[in-house]
Amino acid sequence: MEAGLFTANNVWMMVCTALVFFMHTGFAFLEIGLTRQKNTINILFKNIFIITVGLLLYYIGGFNLMYPGFEEGSLGIFEFAGFGIDAPENGMTAEYADGGYTWWTDFLFQGMFAATAATIVSGAVAERIKIGPFMIFTIIYVGLIYPIAGSWQWGGGFLSTLGGEEGGFYDFAGSTLVHSVGGWGALIAIYLLGARIGKFSKDGKPQAIPGHSIPMATAGVLILWLGWFGFNGGSVLSADPATTSLVLVTTCLAAAAGGVGAAALSTIMYKNMDLTMFLNGILGGLVGITAGADLMSPTEAVIIGFIAGLIIVLGVALIDRIRLDDPVGAVTVHLICGIWGTLAVGIFGDLAGGQQLIYQLTGVASVGVFCCVSAFIIIFALKKTVGIRVPKEEEIDGLDLAEHGMDAYADFRMSEQ
Amino acid sequence: MKKVEAIIRKSKFDDVKNALHEIEVNFFSYWDVTGVGNEKQGHVYRGISYSTTDIQRRYLEIVVSDEFLERTVNTVLEAAYTGNVGDGKIFVSDVLQAYRIRTKENGQAGIN
Repeated sequence: MEAGLFTANNVWMMVCTALVFFMHTGFAFLEIGLTRQKNTINILFKNIFIITVGLLLYYIGGFNLMYPGFEEGSLGIFEFAGFGIDAPENGMTAEYADGGYTWWTDFLFQGMFAATAATIVSGAVAERIKIGPFMIFTIIYVGLIYPIAGSWQWGGGFLSTLGGEEGGFYDFAGSTLVHSVGGWGALIAIYLLGARIGKFSKDGKPQAIPGHSIPMATAGVLILWLGWFGFNGGSVLSADPATTSLVLVTTCLAAAAGGVGAAALSTIMYKNMDLTMFLNGILGGLVGITAGADLMSPTEAVIIGFIAGLIIVLGVALIDRIRLDDPVGAVTVHLICGIWGTLAVGIFGDLAGGQQLIYQLTGVASVGVFCCVSAFIIIFALKKTVGIRVPKEEEIDGLDLAEHGMDAYADFRMSEQ
Repeated sequence: MKKVEAIIRKSKFDDVKNALHEIEVNFFSYWDVTGVGNEKQGHVYRGISYSTTDIQRRYLEIVVSDEFLERTVNTVLEAAYTGNVGDGKIFVSDVLQAYRIRTKENGQAGIN
């Protein structure tokens, strides 16, 4: 490969790395926007903790746990290539990854992904979880669970070779490996944690707890959309002109269709133009297209995104119905739409077919079981030992004061709720 | 001297302010208040409908001399009126004394 092309590929991958990093701003804005002002510092603290510690964990062991280079004939379930990220001899040459990127770029791009899974959990458990136990959960989930699940597919593990030479499970940029991993963790966490005070009335009816900054939530979603240019665009793993441009088109069309689908259905169902549903619909479309962004035609992307948008509205209602409390809709966006997007690879696009659908189901199920069981063990153990929920008074006063002794808007008081 | 307290619709604030200026009541304070009343306001958030009896209104406090009282009250009654439930209320009370801090004048001179 000529040096110019190698350089161009690597530059694109570094740009995408930066875009994925920027998604953490989007998550932070979305989460604080859809929750109450008294918990803002707490949410931001969790998210900053996840990015910093997540990256360090990925450096210490995560990267080598996720890409261990499974030995020939191994089961492809668990292998660890050692601590640290020392570059291999050919790591800086075009040999390393077909000229797509260098070893350092590889590490950083994947490292930016790793933190995302725990950030998804952070939004779902907002406004009531104790910060200490959440940090412990994050360390284990980002440091071990995410890379192990990722290795099964992206690391060349058993999911990637389900059909032998014929192929196997397919997850382009992580509808399952990133979003569902976070989503399953979020589901287990909110189940064990319980709902916020006031979320359900005595007879079990869900109550609205409006977020304190819808403009911020809107900015967050638009930033996430931008970040997805890197999340999916970088998952091409080179700057291949045809594939990267197709991926950006399918990604954006699915986002747009998801927003429109959710806005339309929520307007029909609730006779109200709810911006937060519109926003969640965009994210649903993005998560939905992530598994097959390089396989779909533009029209298929629109269909996948639109269905994801419908799923958002129904999913949010379903979560309320089963009395789980997910303030930002993380389970619906990342888990339910993640599963939908993963299955859609077997229904639409270049790989569609019965056999592929079975591979996809196998992937969803094995990652689901692994994440649910491990998240349950971690969070249940924390619940029984140190406790995972702040005391009632702290929850009512707000976690900012109770856990951090700070106000998010010290000179600017909005109405107390 | 009398104190006129008026709770009015925010949408009527400009009308009331202009009408008061026309009768040369040029000084008053106001702030936004939340109250509970008969009126209910429907909301929907993420698919959950709820209504709140918390009503947003604007609260005016006008201190006037006795001879200004009647026209002040009438002006607010007129300008804040829509005829629908929730137009607001007016309370009148006595004011014992008024001082202007800059000049240390009191009484009538303190409010003009």
